[in-house]
Amino acid sequence: MGSEVPVISVSHVSKAFGDKQVLEDISLQVERAETFGILGPSGSGKTTLVKLLTGIDEVTSGEVKVLGVTMPKLSMLQQIGYMAQSDALYTELSAKENLEFFAALYGLKGAERGKRIKAVMELVDLQEHLRKRVDQYSGGMKRRLSLAIALLHEPPLLLLDEPTVGIDPVLRLSIWKELKALNEKGTTIVLTTHVMDEAEKCDRLGMIRDGKLLAADTPTGLLEATGSASIEEAFLYYGGVRS
Amino acid sequence: MRIRAITLRILRQFIHDKRTMALMFIAPLIVLSLMSLVFNGDAYEPKIGVSGVPLNISAALKEENTTIKEYASEELGKSALVEGKIDALITLNGNVGNSGVIPQVLLEGSNPTANKAVIMTLQKLSQKLLPSTEEQLQLQPQISYLYGSENMKTIDRFGPIMIGVFVFFFVFLIAGVSFLRERTTGTLERLLSTPLKRWEIVLGYVCGFGIFTVFQALLISWFSIQILGIMMTGSFGYVMLITLLLSMTALTLGTLLSAFAANELQMIQFIPLIIVPQVFLSGLFPLDTLPLWLQRIGYATPIYYGSEALMNIMIRGKGWNSIALDVYVLIGFSLLFMVLNVLALRKHRKM
Repeated sequence: MGSEVPVISVSHVSKAFGDKQVLEDISLQVERAETFGILGPSGSGKTTLVKLLTGIDEVTSGEVKVLGVTMPKLSMLQQIGYMAQSDALYTELSAKENLEFFAALYGLKGAERGKRIKAVMELVDLQEHLRKRVDQYSGGMKRRLSLAIALLHEPPLLLLDEPTVGIDPVLRLSIWKELKALNEKGTTIVLTTHVMDEAEKCDRLGMIRDGKLLAADTPTGLLEATGSASIEEAFLYYGGVRS
Repeated sequence: MRIRAITLRILRQFIHDKRTMALMFIAPLIVLSLMSLVFNGDAYEPKIGVSGVPLNISAALKEENTTIKEYASEELGKSALVEGKIDALITLNGNVGNSGVIPQVLLEGSNPTANKAVIMTLQKLSQKLLPSTEEQLQLQPQISYLYGSENMKTIDRFGPIMIGVFVFFFVFLIAGVSFLRERTTGTLERLLSTPLKRWEIVLGYVCGFGIFTVFQALLISWFSIQILGIMMTGSFGYVMLITLLLSMTALTLGTLLSAFAANELQMIQFIPLIIVPQVFLSGLFPLDTLPLWLQRIGYATPIYYGSEALMNIMIRGKGWNSIALDVYVLIGFSLLFMVLNVLALRKHRKM
């Protein structure tokens, strides 16, 4: 294969909503089977960047390519598993009905559908609550169900916007284990977070602040470059806030 | 202190939501002015056709507040009556009584207001032309009805319109709010992150609600006719068809307008703007007493066509030919709103 196309290639991307500049000249690449974390405070433009990657939003300038295809492109959405920041679930339906609905949208049918639903629900440890209505779910359970839906159609690229918010540490650990297992199977994962200790688990990190990409490197690389002891310190270093 | 805080917060919310504020002040004005226009419309002037009536009578008729049209033959007059161009046809053919010819009055009959206006005019006329009460009694015009009967109640007239209005109202609101909730709960964005095409979303909504509205149309039509006993002379199948098409129009308009509402409250604000004016212009009140510009607005509203067709079926017992145009217009409205819906979704995803 030699030089493989990067799964995600973002070059000089800017995004503005009206007068408000949300992202400014962002360039980064994500390679196959790595976990790339987008780290930044809330309001920094993380979600906007993820939406540009999905193709729901369009860049103002620059270019986003996913698997070598310029976004937005409808057919590429089949390759992407997206988990939004808000739990986009039909709360009046049961978990099973939600899963069946989204499975159908991705073209999963029959026995395969049933198999995938069972598999993802086991992954997020919700198999006992399959028939429960979502409005009876706790916040963490909804988060896990959203993740399960994103994994349903076994996409080669996962875009997860704050996937572990509201999930307790024990379960968070097991979810990370599963994400790593997916990496090994070749799935590329891009996730946003503002939890610093979680950031260390990523293969590479992009630090965003006020719509600008401050740095993108491996966690150790960032620590070395800034001479800091923790990701948090490194983040403060790049943000120009030094103690 | 806490009450003050709440009061202040509510005031601030209003100030931030300019539209709700505008609606609270302006919408009642719009509705009230519409009502005043409708209720203060000029008194209904009956349009009376005459055929073979002596000059002195038709001249006297003209002096009353009526529009008189003369027809060369009774047949021509009748066909004008069927087409709804006149409210009544007066002829003097036939039955020669002792002291003259008894006038025959054939009323169109589907509108109690028009019936009353014609009969009032005739009573005034006979008092004027015939001096003695005896003669008045002898020459009492014979009144017959093309549609309906003298027993026709106001509800029979309003019934078909109200069926149309309620079907439209509830489907509009429910479809609008549920589509809005897709947006506010984030599920719309989630849908748009799947390979689903925009028109598939719109069509999915039309089909999903379509099935639901078939039952609704069935229930409402059945209830109005069987339980409320609203006059019904035509085909039940056509009534179903029209209520269903009205629901479709309401559904597509509701989902379209939900794109312009930020929350459920703002969706409800469309009621006085979209629903109430349509009710007034639906034919509940004779449109031709209204100013011309207002009549034209009436022709641009779906409920107008729905209730016109329902009246034709239920009161006049007419068939496909007379409702075909209404059917096409309603289908046209639905298709237009669906296309606009697909375009409105571009706001959320360009592809």
